[in-house]
Amino acid sequence: MIKAIVVFNNHGKPRLIKFFQHYNEDMQQQIVRETFHLVSKRDENVCNFLEGGRWASGKNSDPENLIGGSDYKIIYRHYATLYFVFCVDSSESELGILDLIQVFVETLDKAFENVCELDLIFHVDKVHYILQELVMGGMVLETNMTEIVTRIEEQSKLEKSEAGLAGAPARVVSAAKNLDLPKLPSNIQLPNLPSFR
Amino acid sequence: MALKKVKGSLERVFDKNLHDLVRGIRNHKDDEAKFIAQCIDEIKQELRQDNIAVKANAVAKLTYLQMLGYDISWAAFNVIEVMSSNKFTFKRIGYLAASQSFHEETEVLMLTTNMIRKDLSSQNQYDAAIALNGLSCFMTPDLARDLANDVMTLMTSTRPYIRKRAVLIMYKIFLKFPEALRPAFPRLKEKLEDPDPGVQSAAVNVICELARKNPKNYLSLAPVFFKLMTSSTNNWVLIKIIKLFGALTPLEPRLGKKLIEPLTNLIHSTSAMSLLYECINTVIAGMPNHNASIQLCVQKLRILIEDSDQNLKYLGLLAMSKILKTHPKSVQAHKDLILQCLDDKDESIRLRALDLLYGMVSKKNLMEIVRKLMVHMDKAEGSMYRDELLSKIVQICSQNNYQYITNFEWYVSVLVELTRVEGTRHGSVIASQMLDVAIRVKAIRAFAVEQMAQLLENSHTVASSAQRNGICEVLYAAAWIAGEFSEHLRDPRGTLDDMLRQKVTSLPGHIQAVFVQNIMKLYAAILVKYEEDEDNDGIREVSDLLVEKLPMFVQSGDLEVQERACCILQLMKYVKKLQDKDVSCADEVAALFAGELNPVAPKAQRKVAVPEGLDLDKWINDPPSDSSDDEGPANSLFIPDDSRMMNESMTRPVVEELSDDELERRREARRAETQNNPHYLKLGASAKGSKYQEVVNVEDIPVANIDLSVPLYVPVTENSPQSTKRLSDKYLEAERQARKRDKKRRHGKKSKRRHKSESEEDVPVVHKVDIMGGEMPEGATESGDEGNLELDDNDPHKLLDIDLDRPLDADEKLPVRTHRIVSPSAEDRPVEEKKKHHRKDKEKEKKRKEKEKKKSKKEKKRNKSGDDSAHPSLLIATELMSPGHEAIPSPGEEEEVAPPSAPVKKDTTPKKEEPKDDLDFWLSGQDAPVAVEVTAPEPGAAADVDSDAEDTSRHKKKKEKKAKKEKKEKKEKKEKKKKSKVANDEDVDSGRRDGFEELNSDGPPLPPMSSYRLLAEDSNIKMTYETRVQSQQGQQLIVSVIFTSLAEQHLKSLEFNVMDSLNTKMDRLPGATTHDGVPVPFQLPPNSFNEGQFAFQVQSINVAQKLRGTLTYTIKTEESSTSEKLDFKLYLPCTAFLIATPCSSDAFARLLQGGELSSKYSIKLSSGGAPFSHVLAKVCFYGHFAIVEQIDQSASLYSCSTQGHHICLLVKANGGGDVSIDGKCADGSLLSNVMEEIKVTAS
Repeated sequence: MIKAIVVFNNHGKPRLIKFFQHYNEDMQQQIVRETFHLVSKRDENVCNFLEGGRWASGKNSDPENLIGGSDYKIIYRHYATLYFVFCVDSSESELGILDLIQVFVETLDKAFENVCELDLIFHVDKVHYILQELVMGGMVLETNMTEIVTRIEEQSKLEKSEAGLAGAPARVVSAAKNLDLPKLPSNIQLPNLPSFR
Repeated sequence: MALKKVKGSLERVFDKNLHDLVRGIRNHKDDEAKFIAQCIDEIKQELRQDNIAVKANAVAKLTYLQMLGYDISWAAFNVIEVMSSNKFTFKRIGYLAASQSFHEETEVLMLTTNMIRKDLSSQNQYDAAIALNGLSCFMTPDLARDLANDVMTLMTSTRPYIRKRAVLIMYKIFLKFPEALRPAFPRLKEKLEDPDPGVQSAAVNVICELARKNPKNYLSLAPVFFKLMTSSTNNWVLIKIIKLFGALTPLEPRLGKKLIEPLTNLIHSTSAMSLLYECINTVIAGMPNHNASIQLCVQKLRILIEDSDQNLKYLGLLAMSKILKTHPKSVQAHKDLILQCLDDKDESIRLRALDLLYGMVSKKNLMEIVRKLMVHMDKAEGSMYRDELLSKIVQICSQNNYQYITNFEWYVSVLVELTRVEGTRHGSVIASQMLDVAIRVKAIRAFAVEQMAQLLENSHTVASSAQRNGICEVLYAAAWIAGEFSEHLRDPRGTLDDMLRQKVTSLPGHIQAVFVQNIMKLYAAILVKYEEDEDNDGIREVSDLLVEKLPMFVQSGDLEVQERACCILQLMKYVKKLQDKDVSCADEVAALFAGELNPVAPKAQRKVAVPEGLDLDKWINDPPSDSSDDEGPANSLFIPDDSRMMNESMTRPVVEELSDDELERRREARRAETQNNPHYLKLGASAKGSKYQEVVNVEDIPVANIDLSVPLYVPVTENSPQSTKRLSDKYLEAERQARKRDKKRRHGKKSKRRHKSESEEDVPVVHKVDIMGGEMPEGATESGDEGNLELDDNDPHKLLDIDLDRPLDADEKLPVRTHRIVSPSAEDRPVEEKKKHHRKDKEKEKKRKEKEKKKSKKEKKRNKSGDDSAHPSLLIATELMSPGHEAIPSPGEEEEVAPPSAPVKKDTTPKKEEPKDDLDFWLSGQDAPVAVEVTAPEPGAAADVDSDAEDTSRHKKKKEKKAKKEKKEKKEKKEKKKKSKVANDEDVDSGRRDGFEELNSDGPPLPPMSSYRLLAEDSNIKMTYETRVQSQQGQQLIVSVIFTSLAEQHLKSLEFNVMDSLNTKMDRLPGATTHDGVPVPFQLPPNSFNEGQFAFQVQSINVAQKLRGTLTYTIKTEESSTSEKLDFKLYLPCTAFLIATPCSSDAFARLLQGGELSSKYSIKLSSGGAPFSHVLAKVCFYGHFAIVEQIDQSASLYSCSTQGHHICLLVKANGGGDVSIDGKCADGSLLSNVMEEIKVTAS
C-alpha cells in the first residue's frame, strides 16, 4: 500500500498532498516538513530510499509514529525544482514505485506539455485528477501511460462540453482579470430583482 | 428564473477563482496569513449562495487551502452539496475536496450513502469512477456495509475502467466491513482471470494485500497465482504475485519447490531489475534450503551491489542481509564488497552494509572489523552515523553472549576508547556493557577495575562534555565496578580521591547516588587494608576526608543521593566515634558489603508467579490527581526493580548497626517488604549459589594464555585520540603474531589438519564468559514462550482472518440495500450508539429541517417548471421523512447476492476438504511435468544438502502410485461435480427461498423456485437470465445472464446483442451503434459459468416486452477457432418492473380508500392441490409482491412499480383448491398484464 504521496519544491513548499490514511491538517504539514528536512539534505547521487525506522531518528518528536513504523519506506525522486515523495509499506516493490513516479511525472509532462512547477502550482486540481488515474486508495490502479492520458483527455472534453454557455462568461472574466485593470470593487451588491414567480 | 441565473453569473464575475487565489497568495508573500483569512471570509460568503457553480468554485479554493494546512472540515456540508451536483465538473471538484478532507469521523458522511450509490450506478463511467475514487479515501463502516452490494455489482460492469476500480475498492470495504469478504470473495477470485489486464492487476493487488496479513487463508489460491505467474507478462502483476508467494511459501514448503524452477528462469531471463529483485526476495523467503538457488541469488546480488546505481546497491545489500540469516557463509564470501560499501558516500548504503557486517564476524575477524569500524567512527561526520556505528560495534561484540570475543581485555579497552567518541547518545549502552562484562567475566575484573580507575581519574574530561544523555553514563559503570571489585584496585586511595572531587556533584543524580554508595565500599576496602597495615594515621586521614566531603552530597537536590549520603554520613560519624576510641571496626564496615552478586536473568521478573489474592491492577492508594508531577524514570541502566534490589542486598546488614530511629524504622519496614517479596534476592541462599561457583572456577580460566607482549596495565594517556595506535590495536597485533607463530609451529609439525588451519577453533580463547542463564525464580524455565507474533489488536486485518474455503452459509449475504426505517428507534439508533455526541442529534435535526425546506422548495420548483429530472441530491432525508417507503429489501437485490455463492458451492460441494485436497494434489506436482524435473536431483544440486531431495527419491515410486490414485479420485470428483451442478441451481434457489420460509414457517417445504429463466441453449452454451430493477431508476432494467459453458473447449469473445425496439433499448459502449453487441467481460473455460449484466432503458412498463437477440462467440480449439451464433428471445414481463415494497396495513387501507386505484381486475387460478401458503409464496416470488397482512386463507399483497404505480392484491383461497385474486391499480393495462403473468407463473 502507498500511504502518502507528497510533492514539494526545493524550499519545502507543498505542491500536492495526498494521504491515504487520515491525518489532521497540522500533522500533514508536519509530515511534509519533516520529509522535506530528510530528503532535501540528501545528495543528488545517493539512493532514493529512506527507511521508516530511521525516519528522522534523533529528533525529539517521534515522527516514526507519524507515518508507520519500520515497515515503511520513503521513496522519492527529484526532478528540477520538485521532489516527488511516496511513502509506502513493505508490500510495494521499491523499484516499482520509482517506475510509478516516473510514469506519474511523464504523464504530467504530457498533460501539461512540458510540465514545470508553475503548472503544479496553478493546476493542483488537475494534478490530483491525473493521480487518481494512477493510484486509488493507496493501491496502484493503472500504469499504462497512453490509457491514462486518454482518460484524462476524455474527462477534459466532458468538462468542456459541460461548461458550454455557462463557462463562457467565466472565461471572458478571467481574460478581463488578466488585463490587470485598476481594482474594481469586488463586492458590488446587485439590487434584488423581483423574481417572476 | 432566468434572471436569477444572469444575476448569479454577474456576481460571479467578481469572485476569485482558484487561479486568482493562487496568484493572490503568491503576491502576498508578506502577509499571507492575513490574505488567506480574507479569502476564507469570501469563500464563506460564496458558499451561502444558491448558485452551484459559485459553490463549486469556493470548494475548489478550499481544497487548495487544505493543502496549505488550513482546516476545512467546517465546509463538509457544502462539499457534499457540490458532490451532489449533476454536472461532472462540479461533482469532480466536490469529490476531490471530500477525498482530501473527509475521514471516518466526518459526521456528514452518513448523509452521502444514497448519493454515492446513485453516482456509482451512473451511466457516465467517469461519474462512477470519481465516486469510487472518492469513496476509497473516506470509507466508513456504514458506507462499506451499505454500498458493498452496489460495488459487487460494479465488479461485473462491462467497462474495465469501472471494473478495476470496483475491484480495488473492495479491499477498503473488507477492512471496514469484514463480513463482506466471504460473500464477495468468489467474484474477486474470478477477476483474477479477467480479460482486461488492468482488472486482473487490481484483483491481484487486493488479494495480495489481504494475503499479506493472513497468508494461510489464501494458500488455496496458489495454483491460480502460479498459472498467472507463468502466463502473465505484466511486470506489475508479476511483482505482486511473486511478493505474495514470498508470504505463502513459508507456510507450505512444497510450494517453494514448485516455484524454484519458474523463479530461477525469471531470474535468468528478466531484464527488469525490479522483477529480478523480487524474485530473489521470494527465493530467500521461501526456499532457504535450496542451495543452488541461493547461490544464484547471491551472485545476482553481487552484480546489483557492484552496480553504479545507488538504488540497486542499496537493495542488493538489503536482500543480502536476509540471506545472511540462513546462509552466513555465502554472504561472508563477499566480505570485500561489503567492507567497500562502508566507505560509500551514501549514508543509507553505509548503514545497510553495517547491518550485514554484524552477521559476518567470526572469532577470527572480529578484532579487525571492529578496528575498521573505529577508524570509520573517527572519520564519520554527523553524530547519527557515528552513533549507529557505536551501537553496531557493541552489538557485533556482544552478540550471542560474546560468542566471538576471545580476548576480553581487548573488548574492555575498546569500550574505554568508545567513551571518547564525541557527543554520542550511547553512553548508557557502553556502561551496561562494561558492567555486564565485569560482572560475568571474573578473570577480567582486575583489568576492568584498572581501566575504570583510569576513567574515574579522567572523569573531568568526560563529565565536562556532559550532555544530559551523554557519555557521563559510563561513570556510573566505572564507579560501580571500582567500588564493587575494589580488591583489584592498585591505588584505592587515589580512586577514592577521584570520586570525591567537587566536579562529581554536577553529574546526574542517579550517577551521584552510585558514587556515594561506592565511596563507602571503597572506604571499607581501604579501612581493611590500613588496619592490616596498622596504619592508624591513614585510617584517621581517610575517615576525616569522608566526613569532610560527604556533606556535598547531602546537599544534593536528588532525593536518592541525599538519602544515601545522609545515611552514610551518619554511619561514618559512628565509625569515627569508634575509631576515636581506638576500636577497630574495619571488619564490621566491610561486612556491610560482603557477599557476591549474581546476575539475574532478564526474564526472571516476568516468570515470577503472581501470588494468590494479589491484584496487580488494583490501586494500592487512591489514584493521584492528574496534577501529580511526573517524576520521569531516571535514566537508569537497570530496570528500576533490579537496581533497587541490588542496593537492597548491599545495604541490608547495615540495619542492625544503625542507631538512628528514623532510619531504623524505615529500614525495618523495607526489610519486611523484602522478605515477603519473592522478587528480591535473598542474600543467604542464593549468594552461595552453587551453580555459579561450579561453573566459574577462577583457576580454570586460562588467564595464563594472555600474551606477554601486552602488559596488563597500560597507562592510558589522557585522551589520546590523536595517537595513531590504540590500546585495542595492540591486542589485534598480538593476536596476529600469535596466529603467525601458531601457523609456523603447525607448519613445522606438518599437521594433517592443515587444510582447515583457519578454522574457528584455532583462535585461542583468552577469557571465558560465564554463560549462565542468570537466576530465575523457582520452577520457571528459561525457555521463553512469550507468545507468537500476532497481529496487533488494532490492525483491521485481524478481523479479516477468515476462512475463505468454507462454503457460504445461507445467512452469509451482503446486506441488501434497505430504506431506513421510519420507526423512531431506528432513526435514533446512530445517535444512541454514540451518546457522546449529543449535539449531533440537534445538528442532525437542524440539517434535516434545512433539507426539508430545500426539498419542498425544489418540489415546488419542479412542479412549476415541469422539470422532472430527478435531482440526485441527499435522498436519505427524503426517505427519513416519507412514511410510505418502509424497510425491507427489494427482491431484485436480494437475489443478486445469491449468484456469487454459486461458484463457491461448485468448488466445494462434494466434500468440505476438497479445496485442500486440490491444493495437495497440485503441490504433489504429478500433474505438471515441470515439478518432477525439479524434485529430481539435478547434477548441480546433487551435492546440496537438500533434506527433502533424498526423501523424494526414496518415496518417488510410492508417490506416483498415490498420485494415480488421487487422479482417479479426482475424476470421480469431477463427475460428482457435474452432477452436483445440476442440483446447484436448486441450491441457489433454496438460499433465496429462505426469506419466504420465514413467512410460512409452518406447512410442508416449498417447491424450488428460481427467478432464472432459460434464455437459449445450444450444444456449447446455455444462458439463463433474470431481471433486476432499482426503485430510483424508473426506466432502467438490468438483465443478468448466467452463461454456462457446455463445451469441452474454451469459449471466447462472447458478444451479447439485442435488437432495440421503440420502447426498449440496450445500453451499449459509448460510440457503438445499435448493431454492435456488448462484449461479455470474461471468457468461459470448459465446464464453468459466469454472470454478465446488461442494462436496458425502458420507456413504458405496462406491456410485456419480447426482444430478439443474438449471442456470438468463438470456440477455441488447439488448432483453430470457429465462430458460432445463437439466437434468442428475451422476454421482459411486466412483473419485472415491480419491486416488492413492504407496506403497513394502515397505509394499505388508506391506499384502497383513496380512490386513486380506479382499475380493477380479477383472476382465478387452480392451486393444483398445493397448500395456500405455497401459492402465496409463488405469487410473491414471481410477481415481486410483499405480504401486507395474512389472515388464515386470505392475504393482501402490495407492490410498487419502478415508475411508481401502486398495485394491491387480495388473494383468497376458495375451497376446492381454487385461488382467486382481485387486484387494484391506477393503470389498467399494467394491472391486467401483471395479473395474467401471475396466473401463468403461479399455477
